[in-house]
Amino acid sequence: MALDDRKSEFTFVGTRPDRPDGLDKVTGRAKFGADMSAPGMLHGAILRSPHAHARIVKIDTSKAEEHKDVKAIVTRADFADVPFKPGLEGEFWNVLENVMAGDKALYDGHAVAAVAATSALAARDALKLIEVEYDVLPHVTDVDKAMAADAPVIREGAADYSVPQGMHPNVVRYHESGHGDVEAGFAEADLVIEDSFVTEATHQGYIEPHACLGALGSDGKGELWCCTQGHWIVQKTCAALLGIETSQLRVTASEIGGGFGGKTTVFIEPVALALSRKANRPVKIVMSRSEVFRATGPTASASMDVKIGMKKDGTITAAQGIFRLQGGAFPGAPGDMTAMCAFAPYDLTNVRQVGYDVMSNRPKQAAYRAPGAPMGAFAVESVLDELCNQLDLDPVDVRLKNAAQEGTKASYGPRYERIGLVETLEAAKAHPHYSAPLEPGQGRGISCGFWFNHGGETSVSLALSEDGSAQVMVGTPDIGGSRASMALMAAEVLGIPYENIRVTIADTASLGYNDVSHGSRVTYASGLATIKAAKHAVEKLCERAAAKWGIPVDAVKWQDGCAVPSGPNAGDFDPMPLADITADMGRTGGPISGHFEATPEGAGVSFGTHIVDAEVDPETGKTSITRYTVIQDAGKAIHPTYVEGQFQGGAAQGIGWALNEEYIYGDDGRLQNSIFLDYRIPVASDLPMIDTVIVEVPNPGHPFGVRGVGETGIVPPLAAIANAVSNAAGVRMKQLPMSPPRILAALKANG
Amino acid sequence: MEFHSPTSFAEASALAAKATGITRFLAGGTDVLVQLRSDLVTPDTLIDIKKIDGVGKITCNADGSWTLGVAVTGAEMSEHPELGRDWPGLVEAMDLIGSTQVQGRATLAGNLCNGSPAADSVPAMVAAGVTMTVTGEDGTREVAVEDIPTGPGKTSLAKGEVVSAVNIPARGDNGGDAYLRFIPRTEMDIAVVGVGVNLRLDGDTITEARVSLGAVAPTVLLVDACAEAIIGSTLDDAALDALAAAASAACNPIDDKRGTITFRTEVAGVLAKRAAKIAYARAKGEDL
Ligand SMILES: Cc1cc2nc3c(=O)[nH]c(=O)nc-3n(C[C@H](O)[C@H](O)[C@H](O)COP(=O)(O)OP(=O)(O)OC[C@H]3O[C@@H](n4cnc5c(N)ncnc54)[C@H](O)[C@@H]3O)c2cc1C
Repeated sequence: MALDDRKSEFTFVGTRPDRPDGLDKVTGRAKFGADMSAPGMLHGAILRSPHAHARIVKIDTSKAEEHKDVKAIVTRADFADVPFKPGLEGEFWNVLENVMAGDKALYDGHAVAAVAATSALAARDALKLIEVEYDVLPHVTDVDKAMAADAPVIREGAADYSVPQGMHPNVVRYHESGHGDVEAGFAEADLVIEDSFVTEATHQGYIEPHACLGALGSDGKGELWCCTQGHWIVQKTCAALLGIETSQLRVTASEIGGGFGGKTTVFIEPVALALSRKANRPVKIVMSRSEVFRATGPTASASMDVKIGMKKDGTITAAQGIFRLQGGAFPGAPGDMTAMCAFAPYDLTNVRQVGYDVMSNRPKQAAYRAPGAPMGAFAVESVLDELCNQLDLDPVDVRLKNAAQEGTKASYGPRYERIGLVETLEAAKAHPHYSAPLEPGQGRGISCGFWFNHGGETSVSLALSEDGSAQVMVGTPDIGGSRASMALMAAEVLGIPYENIRVTIADTASLGYNDVSHGSRVTYASGLATIKAAKHAVEKLCERAAAKWGIPVDAVKWQDGCAVPSGPNAGDFDPMPLADITADMGRTGGPISGHFEATPEGAGVSFGTHIVDAEVDPETGKTSITRYTVIQDAGKAIHPTYVEGQFQGGAAQGIGWALNEEYIYGDDGRLQNSIFLDYRIPVASDLPMIDTVIVEVPNPGHPFGVRGVGETGIVPPLAAIANAVSNAAGVRMKQLPMSPPRILAALKANG
Repeated sequence: MEFHSPTSFAEASALAAKATGITRFLAGGTDVLVQLRSDLVTPDTLIDIKKIDGVGKITCNADGSWTLGVAVTGAEMSEHPELGRDWPGLVEAMDLIGSTQVQGRATLAGNLCNGSPAADSVPAMVAAGVTMTVTGEDGTREVAVEDIPTGPGKTSLAKGEVVSAVNIPARGDNGGDAYLRFIPRTEMDIAVVGVGVNLRLDGDTITEARVSLGAVAPTVLLVDACAEAIIGSTLDDAALDALAAAASAACNPIDDKRGTITFRTEVAGVLAKRAAKIAYARAKGEDL
């Protein structure tokens, strides 16, 4: 979209005020998912399959029904009849099947029934009284095995039109793209390296387990409080799964203790509503950590083959990647995203990428920051590092030589507008980290990373109060400090202090549809809408001032929070502050508000470059990350502290994913490590101070130049850390996580 | 569930003896309550031992030995001004358990009687030669720590027996101890391998040693071959290599989500060397 009102000099934007939700959060006053209760409330609990794959022969709930504290029990029969469609077309069916199993339990932890009782303990006890007869089926949890000819079929007919003939029914979506002639390109290369890489599934690891409180009457009207990244998708999905009208369900988003993509769908919300409808009382459900691990979306696991050819001077002649992603027992593993992002940082003449979406007996994968991109970057950037090592080339110089720029035809098709990859690489090269000497036993790794970013459906309203303060209603849950950013952008347009603006995450009854807080879209899209809504209000403020002065409205302009005559010819009036206009707005035409809604398309892609130093203990294989620098293009950092927070968070989660986090399945197909003791996210002392550099190459698609920053930060870490570890250990690590047993084994194998 | 708060060990023992079903003693509760809440073990009888006189005391006896009450927590051990000077390895092993919150509750006897092969304080106690006073219906007996665990989650304590005191030997001259564990992170994790070493010197030569391994077999191991590898040596490279080899040879681990057989076997040797070096330096009077 063309923007005629771009801005590059700022008063409020770029400052670092305290976040408006800060006091509530540090004092414990903030209300998260589990903090809500209602009179007469019941507690729900969910019975889960202990089998990875089993036909459900019979569910006998009679004993549980006799329990004196039990008020309702639901199974699949208590949900709507949603049509099955292949691929992602039938996403409501997929979500319903995941929320409550139909004919088959598809993974360890799959919900099969639920109970509502007068206490949480009674609900848990009642679950033990439900008898389920299973016919256990062969299962598969590994992506390569799930594609093999002899793999058990998870579900016939789940593949969509994109899948070529002759593939196993577990392959449900296929993507192929690229340009040029890769074979010709490989022939031109001085060195071609082809290798295979594997990553395990990891969980988003948000600290707050899913929690909700739902009430649904027999009249089809409902209320739902839940912790989510997007309450309109919750509203729409719950309505579809329960067979009610969307507008009759009002959903309010709680404060959120982390989501990272994992709270962009529903798990327990439709169950609470179904129980409530049956019991005619509000029902609260709070997941345990083990339920979160077993039954909510981890990311996909991946098996990948990458081949890159390079000339002695570092020019990439051709690149090819095959990316197979397993996303649980449903379509949705982002093999297409992996493929499209893998080579996106580079200007390539010959490139080809293939992505597979494969089903297995694991929980339905959910988005996790830049879904699919980190794995592909791990494989591609590892091969690039190896090429640099073998050709004795500087890894930053090689990336600079091949870096995509404005006008480059991206590996996934379009031509880039103004982008900031080169600037991040130049900043990396200039950063003292890049030239700092390494200690013995340490290695350095670098990697670039790319993410598309997203716009999405967005609606924002802004209302002015009599005293000259402003309230902004946005529809995107605040998962990273966005209320502060919205207030800064509104302050910039209105010209009133940040502190005078209150930003609220409105419920579904207060605004039109808002897409989920995902795709790094909030500061971009809700920010753009906030700016436009504020401008809308400013137009009305100017109209009121013009009327008071008795001059035409186009003779008034808005400056530093005041209406002023647009020039000497317009008249000689003192500036009229916003509060003077709102003070009597009831008498000069009524309340003054601003509103904007759109699906903005100019999100602006984003790139980052990370530098990592790692030290490997050669006797135990244990890695410590000794230094970490994140450099990323933010377009324009509205609130730099929260931009840095996103960068650091990406690095921290990347360190976990690279070194220790993994879903471990036993031969029985059961998840072995469904608690934080054995699912090892980094603890504070595992992390170095994470240095950040914000590069600002303005996004032409946003009035202030914003690019989303929430996801790109997790794309480079896996590769950058793997490169650092490989260089420290002297052996190429091709499997994540690089846990100590794997590193020690690689060291031994290397002699 | 029945909950009791006896005021003597005799009463605690009698309650346990006549209880049916699953019985647990409640010391810090950092295992018992966690297992209860996660539906792993729901005791029929829970006997809180913290109301018994003296269970919170740390006493240094006239002969230099120590007696610890069974409710003494990790935090109290770390904060004690003298105990850690005598037995730094033992105190550090206990201090590795959990977080600050867990430290305010967790006990040595609980760590031992929970029966985890990976319990951190246990190899350090075995190396130090710690014994437990056990009270049963027929009176008390003293049992070496290494004789208590019999397998994962199992102990040699009979029905009705409760640990009533922890006895730590006198440090004596020229001694030092150390405990090291391997975890993939830096804290809040469970030992993949644990090694306790306790030794005494005459000049530069090791005259006494006890080496204990955790998390590499169904129970904690007291490995004589490790002690023999270093006794009589000045902990030179040859002795260290022999120690590592003996430690690895003693391992009988499993492959699981926390580590492989190969990894545990290899790292047991590595940690044995590192722990021995620390114990040796401490015996020489270095403040490590
Ligand atoms: C977050 C967290 C982190 C942890 N980290 C570690 C760690 O790093 N390393 C580690 O080794 N452990 C760890 N633990 C486990 C636990 O904290 C320790 O095992 C602790 O020492 C147990 O002591 P307690 O007093 O809490 O035992 P309790 O839970 O009270 O009891 C444990 C068991 O011992 C029995 N018992 C207790 N006292 C007696 C007695 N006097 N006589 C007979 N039987 C008795 C009980 O019946 C029970 O079976 C951790 C636990 C948590 C929750």
